[in-house]
Amino acid sequence: MAKFSHVKSTIREGFRMAIEAIRQNKLRSILTLLGISIGVFSVIGVMTAIRTLESSVNSQLDILGTNTFTIQKSPAIQIHGPGGDRKIRQRKNITYTHYEEMKRKAKLPLRVSVLDETGERNIRYKDKTLKRSAELLGADEWALRSINTYLADGRNFTPDDIRFARNVTILGPDIVDILFPFEDPIGRAIKIKGIDYTVIGVTERKGQAFGQSQDDFVLIPISLYIQRFSNRWTSLAIVFEAESADMYEKTMDEAIGLMRVVRKVPVEEENDFSIISNEELMETFAGFTGGIKIFAGSVSVIALLVAGIGIMNIMLVSVTERIKEIGIRKAIGATKRDILSQFLMEAIFLSQFGGVVGVILGITGGNIVAIVLNVPAVVPMDWAFYGMAVCSLIGIGFGIYPAWRAANLDPIESLRFE
Amino acid sequence: MADLISLNSIKRHYDVGGEIVRALDGVDLTINKNEYISIMGPSGSGKSTLMNMIGCLDSPSEGIYEFEGELVHEMDDNQLASIRNRKIGFVFQTFNLLPKATALRNVEVPLIYANISRSERIEKAKKALDAVGLNDRMHHKPNELSGGQRQRVAIARALVNDPSILLADEPTGNLDSKSGVEIMKILDSLHDDGNTIILVTHEEYIADHADRTIHLFDGKIKEDRKTSKRRSVSS
Ligand SMILES: Nc1ncnc2c1ncn2[C@@H]1O[C@H](COP(=O)(O)OP(=O)(O)OP(=O)(O)O)[C@@H](O)[C@H]1O
Ligand SMILES: [Mg+2]
Repeated sequence: MAKFSHVKSTIREGFRMAIEAIRQNKLRSILTLLGISIGVFSVIGVMTAIRTLESSVNSQLDILGTNTFTIQKSPAIQIHGPGGDRKIRQRKNITYTHYEEMKRKAKLPLRVSVLDETGERNIRYKDKTLKRSAELLGADEWALRSINTYLADGRNFTPDDIRFARNVTILGPDIVDILFPFEDPIGRAIKIKGIDYTVIGVTERKGQAFGQSQDDFVLIPISLYIQRFSNRWTSLAIVFEAESADMYEKTMDEAIGLMRVVRKVPVEEENDFSIISNEELMETFAGFTGGIKIFAGSVSVIALLVAGIGIMNIMLVSVTERIKEIGIRKAIGATKRDILSQFLMEAIFLSQFGGVVGVILGITGGNIVAIVLNVPAVVPMDWAFYGMAVCSLIGIGFGIYPAWRAANLDPIESLRFE
Repeated sequence: MADLISLNSIKRHYDVGGEIVRALDGVDLTINKNEYISIMGPSGSGKSTLMNMIGCLDSPSEGIYEFEGELVHEMDDNQLASIRNRKIGFVFQTFNLLPKATALRNVEVPLIYANISRSERIEKAKKALDAVGLNDRMHHKPNELSGGQRQRVAIARALVNDPSILLADEPTGNLDSKSGVEIMKILDSLHDDGNTIILVTHEEYIADHADRTIHLFDGKIKEDRKTSKRRSVSS
């Protein structure tokens, strides 16, 4: 009990003395603090930024549903091995026929949607034109779900719209803003490349993500898209959604099997298409952020090491400057441990003040990334905690030697020191 | 009555480049409670060394030192620090205050090391400053105080922990005579209150405040006599 209160009062006194010492040497202390702040800032900033990216990517993948996967011609991220790129380019395109066959042959319950996109600027309604390029998407009745959006007004495509390639379209709110500022677009006909399409639906507004509007698109039936906008490079992406998580593996196996049959892949050959699942995307993303984390980690280790040496230096100077003070304190009863803890505490608080500044700046800086990318801000408490813990360790590690020197000064000689 | 302090053939030698300096060369000394002692002697005779020895700042090269029955010469650093903190009050010629701390804070510091709660510390420190007549200067820093006032802060600091003995090494050495007289008045009244005091001085008229004067020469006690009270009239 007495021991504990002693520790408590030692810490409190150490804190007071540290504040006093820092206040008495403002500029010097601030410069020393700066080193720590920069080190902590770099790691907290990067971690916060990555955390915001992660949470936004995860939430997007979440909404997309864990039960979906996509089959397309090329992998999500291409690794350019020798000849790897060419091999992928030589794959057959995925065509509308493939999609129709997949749909017809599938036995397990699944939702298949199909998508392809191109940029198109020749879009007009009466005298209003887009004046810029928008995303033109070929889609089917499940595509809205695949691109994770909902109708705000009107209706979705029907299977017949797709089958008969009807001239209908669903617009994103950005397009509506430009073409129909004062009118209800439903039922009106817009012109894309001179051909009329009747607006049947408008989607909800989603805002920006990663600095880009998510509302700037025009959907038309995929069948129509193939007829009018495809070329010899057009290859579709087919999105599958299993009925439940339990069925996911089976559904994927069936889809792969069917795809091989449909595309007539010989038994001994590997798939001539790529399967992209959420797990795979998350893994790829984790690999990417992992690299950044390691880089930021090593940068801040170096920065903190330099800062630690700065602290050691400043503490050694401080001990030399305060030899007399140390002598006085010893003469009136300070033990070695008192002096040791005083100087150690000073080093720890010095580095922790720097750490606090670094954490605050780092979280602020990291969240600026969040604001720029329009994703929700995060406060990585765990990293803030690690940051502060590391600062304490730096304070102890680099403060212990100067403190030890101070503690072992001879009282009489220190008193005589001028 | 048990002796407060007993020194038995205390020696303190310094090795300066192979040459032995005998700062104390066999000192025998007994000090009782409530004694008022002055130490005199030429420069280099070992007065400060003796004071540091009595004040447990220094350890003898040889000899036996007992303080209230405890063997000081066998103590380790922590025990010495504790004795300095609880039993000894030191006043130096050059004041030795913490320059950036207020008077109150300076007086408070010994109590920090005595592990006394903050509120009690402040209360005691205020009382000690009151006793030396500085209650209106508590929040001044040393450079905002006169020499005499600084020395009074130092005395308050020395007294704040109720020590068994007050050691003053040339307490008036850096002061003008008027401030010196004030300091001596304080020491006299502290003695009257029952404190034990040892002071080092070069001035006869200051030494005369004490009841007993010890003359050092070359690290040895040359003379140890009772002095007739010739205190300036405390009007
Ligand atoms: N740390 C030291 N190393 C070597 N010699 C020392 C040391 N400290 C003191 N001495 C020597 O010990 C002797 C006694 O010194 P001390 O300081 O006790 O003298 P003093 O009587 O207080 O003198 P003064 O009246 O000038 O203050 C001197 O000769 C001094 O040179
Ligand atoms: Mg001296």
